[in-house]
Amino acid sequence: MISFQNITKKYFSDIVALDNISFDVEEKEFVAIVGKSGAGKTTLLKLFLREEAVSSGKIFFKGEDIHRMKKRCIPLLRRRVGVIFQDYKLLKSKTVYENIAYALEILGADKETVKNDVSYVLDIVNLKKQANNFPDQLSGGEKQRTAIARALIHRPEVIIADEPTGNLDPYHTRDIIELLKKINEFGTIIILSTHDKEIINNLEKRVITLEQGRLVKDEKKGRFIL
Amino acid sequence: MFNSTKRVINSGWKSFLRNKSFSVAVVFILVFVLVLIPCLFVFQGMTRFLTSSVQEKADISVYFVQESLPKDILFIQEKLEELPEVKSVIYLSKQEVMEKFVEKHKNDEKIMQGLEEYGNNPFFACLNIKAFQASQYESIMGFLEASFINDYIDHTSYSESRTVIEKIFSITSFVNNTGIFLAILFSLIAVLVCFSQIRLAIVNSKEEIKLMRLIGASNWFIRGPFIAQAIIAGIFSAFIAMFVFTLSCFFLSSTIEVFIGDFNVFEYFINNFALIFSIQFIVGVSLSSLSSIFAIRKYLKA
Repeated sequence: MISFQNITKKYFSDIVALDNISFDVEEKEFVAIVGKSGAGKTTLLKLFLREEAVSSGKIFFKGEDIHRMKKRCIPLLRRRVGVIFQDYKLLKSKTVYENIAYALEILGADKETVKNDVSYVLDIVNLKKQANNFPDQLSGGEKQRTAIARALIHRPEVIIADEPTGNLDPYHTRDIIELLKKINEFGTIIILSTHDKEIINNLEKRVITLEQGRLVKDEKKGRFIL
Repeated sequence: MFNSTKRVINSGWKSFLRNKSFSVAVVFILVFVLVLIPCLFVFQGMTRFLTSSVQEKADISVYFVQESLPKDILFIQEKLEELPEVKSVIYLSKQEVMEKFVEKHKNDEKIMQGLEEYGNNPFFACLNIKAFQASQYESIMGFLEASFINDYIDHTSYSESRTVIEKIFSITSFVNNTGIFLAILFSLIAVLVCFSQIRLAIVNSKEEIKLMRLIGASNWFIRGPFIAQAIIAGIFSAFIAMFVFTLSCFFLSSTIEVFIGDFNVFEYFINNFALIFSIQFIVGVSLSSLSSIFAIRKYLKA
């Protein structure tokens, strides 16, 4: 489904962020990418979203080389992926409802579909009461649940979660991880980047360990060892 | 497409209402720019009125020898009227010249006494000639001096009023050119200020734009609401600017009239209302939307 092949990313031609990384992600898989800060986790995810260009190597998504796509096709790629960020990245000028609906609206969904689906997802993430609140009026956990709702509303094939629990307390962290596991059970690929030891050890899923831009470990049911 | 356009407009309208500081700042700047349009328009009208009324006062008089017959002078008037440089020629008979003189000096006993003592009509019949431009008086004089008409002429006012005429024309032309220059200068400054204001507002939204792109929004879907918001600001500004200017005109008209005479600013404005408002509306909407398009372009490059 997803294939990273010999990915190298250099900044200013001599700073190596990723060094010859190769791995595949199968359908319905839940993959955790772990590593210390600066290990290259976020860079890897940025390359998958084509937010940045690779220095060398190829990334295939369902057989298509992401970095050879035409610029006008990039939005179409991104619509097939849901993204959750550590700092939530919600649209500040939109309400919770509008933030979630936005992902559907860019697909051109009709008003009725948007209304029904957003209502359904708000129920899943338990944010019905906050639907008309703006991001500034939400707690960290609520913001992250909004971001998750936005990432999954359009039923993407892949959800990328870049340190989604980085700003949350343990209670909310558990909540978010349970939610991601549930989404994965419905068949969506989850690529989770984290450096939270407890999450990884409780997850019992595939763990890819990065260290200074290199892939040092890839285990089917991995643990956090650094 | 209809769905998407409706969403874009709706989103632009919501942003306009929610981002109050942005909306107020942009509308304020746009109102300033748009008020400038009728100001410049009325200013141009005023300078045109003033310059033409000053130019109206510039003429030359040709005085004919006492023996000249009215029919000869009328013939000369016809010949002069055929010249392309001549705007108008007015004939004043000896009698009319004297009547005018008496009317002007009727309260001055000394002059009236002197005139009585003289007995006969001492004045000359004359033709008042107005040209379109100051430079044309010389060629008119050339025509008069080179033809048979010269024999009928006693004297002209050209030599004494030449400098005055040239000054009047050069001053009015300077005022007109300065008006056009100021209009262009103010418009440019206003456009730049407006563009900077909208650009600043969009710079503040660059993180949101980046995020919209990451979610997979097309450039049109990102750009659309900003343009819609700018257009709404443009429409509001056009109405506010028109309202502000109409009120100002109404209240200031009588004061301005004291200084300028017969030129009624409010009447001039009302007579040109449709044209001025159309220009304001088009400038408001296009200026805001173009500024928005240019400002956002930078953030939409992949």
